[in-house]
Order: sequence, then structure tokens, then C-alpha cells
Amino acid sequence: MEHCQRYLLCWLLLLPVAVNASGNDAGMALLQKDCSGCHDLTGPAPTTIAGVWQRQGPDLFYAGNKYKPAWLKTWLQKPVRIRPAGMYYGRHIKEGADGDVIDSTTLKPHPRLNGEQAKAVTEALMSLRAGSHLINEGEYKPGKISMAMGELMFDKFRGCLACHEIEEGYGGLSGPEVYSAGNRLQEDFMISYMRDPQAWDPRIFMPNKHLKDRDLQKFVHFFRALAAENEQ
Amino acid sequence: MKVMLSRVMMVLLTCFLSSTQVLAAEKAEDLYKNYCWQCHGMTGNGNGVNVRDMSVQPRDHTDAKEMSARSDDEIFKAIKEGGQAISKSVLMPPWGGVLSDDEIHSLVKYLRHLCQCSGNQ
Repeated sequence: MEHCQRYLLCWLLLLPVAVNASGNDAGMALLQKDCSGCHDLTGPAPTTIAGVWQRQGPDLFYAGNKYKPAWLKTWLQKPVRIRPAGMYYGRHIKEGADGDVIDSTTLKPHPRLNGEQAKAVTEALMSLRAGSHLINEGEYKPGKISMAMGELMFDKFRGCLACHEIEEGYGGLSGPEVYSAGNRLQEDFMISYMRDPQAWDPRIFMPNKHLKDRDLQKFVHFFRALAAENEQ
Repeated sequence: MKVMLSRVMMVLLTCFLSSTQVLAAEKAEDLYKNYCWQCHGMTGNGNGVNVRDMSVQPRDHTDAKEMSARSDDEIFKAIKEGGQAISKSVLMPPWGGVLSDDEIHSLVKYLRHLCQCSGNQ
């Protein structure tokens, strides 16, 4: 069994090379050269807290299962901060007079890409599809929820507002904002991640709220509605 | 063909690794920094970076009077099952399934260290 594990691990290490050879060469070259210093392109996700703390940017080895390509291409040309307190908030906070505050001097802006680079990198990122076994393709069924009910669920019933902003300047700061999530993230990925965050990222500081399937659907309805509202 | 083989291997390997993954136990202080600081604060005083728009103030873990009113079992239950399990706020999430029972026990001890108090058993 141990021999088998070593054999499979060797394959895992070689895998990115084989996948990268499939195309998207220009984008993949850019990713390797300019992005791999801050982003993990190969995985797996860290299994220790120290590994989570060392992260400079989000893991990208499952970017093709996570992001919407149209959003990626636009964002890479005009990046804005998604995680108000950085990847691990503990590295970017300090004590203030009324409690902990973000130390913005520790946060670095994301580099801007030109249109051609953004297109190439987006194509390359969409080819990185680890974690497909965690996603039920087509699980999300489009539907509607009133903003009032969505906000009630997100805040009062489930307490998610504690860590996530639902509009700029309103909500928690340690997690990514969710007001652009509907444009940013694939719906089936959102369901999978909310269902079991640790399946994607074993030591991430997001709890598993054991949400029911129908609530997972409603949350995605809410995020899509929030994103639509945010665009106006 | 090579690409297809790679993708099949990726799926198989990811399944294999995730199904056999066992996380090493972490130190209580690091658990507290990773999971608890965001709401309870860097000093444990209940003024974490997320508090700004919360409807309920997180527990001040340095408050010996408040903390000694809770037994170790109650604190364990609150961490594992969430605030609602002890009739407190939904803003305190359940960490069971994320943390092992041993890690939660170590956090209870760490909270006793922060408050310099013992529980009302």
C-alpha cells in the first residue's frame, strides 16, 4: 500500500507538467513566471495552519472549477480587493483603540494585466480543474429569493455576515466579500464550497454550517441577486 | 490522449488523497489564532476585526467573571456545536467537523489560560 501511495504521489507531482502541455502555453507561461510566487498552481491545499498563514493569494489549481472566465478576464485588467483583510487576516490586523483593525500598510495591490495577457491567463486558469470530484455539475438550479429574505438568512439565521461583507463597508472582514460572488464564482462551486469548505481547504477558517441543500440553493440565489444589484 | 489520461489520474489521485487525509493536531494557541481571532480578537477581549457590524458582541475570553460562569463542558459544546447549542448567538458557528474533539478540549484549556479562571462545574 505504501509503495502504491508513493507511485501515485509521483504521478501527482508530474501531473501539472502533463496538463500544462495541453495548450494555453502563453497564459501558462505567464502564470508560472509571474503568478506562482503568490499563488499555488499545483496543489494540494495546505493541511496545516502554518500553510494557511503562508498563503499570499488564493490557490489557483482549481481555478477552472471556481471562477467565471468573464469575471476573471475583467478583474485581471482592473483588480480590486476581494478579501478586505488579505488571505489570512491574522497577518494584516493590529490592535486599535476600539478593537482590532486592518493594517492596510501590510496589504499589497494585485498586479494589473493588459487585455492580451488577461485573455491568455484566463484561458490557462480555466484549464486548472482539480477538485472536480467535489462538484456536482448542474446542481445549481436558477431561482429567486427576495433580498430581504436572503439577508435574513445570511445574517440572522446563519450568521455569515460575521465574516463576509454584503456591501462595501458592511459586514465582516476576515472572509471574502460576497457582493461580487455571483459574478465571480461558478454556482456549482459555491454550493460545493459552502457544503464543505474543508473538503477544498482543510485548515481554512470558515466553519462548516451543515447547510441543507435547499439553503445552499437559496444562498446562491442571494449572491446572484446581490451581484446584480451591485452592478447597477 | 495524454491530457485525458492526466485528467483521469488527477481525479483518482484527488479522491485517493482526500479520502486518506488525516490532519495533524495543531497547538491550541495556533488554533485560536486561526479560527477565533477573527471575532474574539488578538487579545481575546471580544473585539476582533469582524465585530464592527455584529449584532451581538463576541465573548470576552479575558473576562474571568463571565468565563467562570460557564463550565468546561458548556464551552466545549459551544465550540463544537455553535452558540445556539447553549442558547447563545448564531454568530458563534459550530466548529465540530473542522476541529477534532482533542483540539476543542485543548482550546477549552487555552480559554481557561486566557481568563485565568476555572469553570463553574
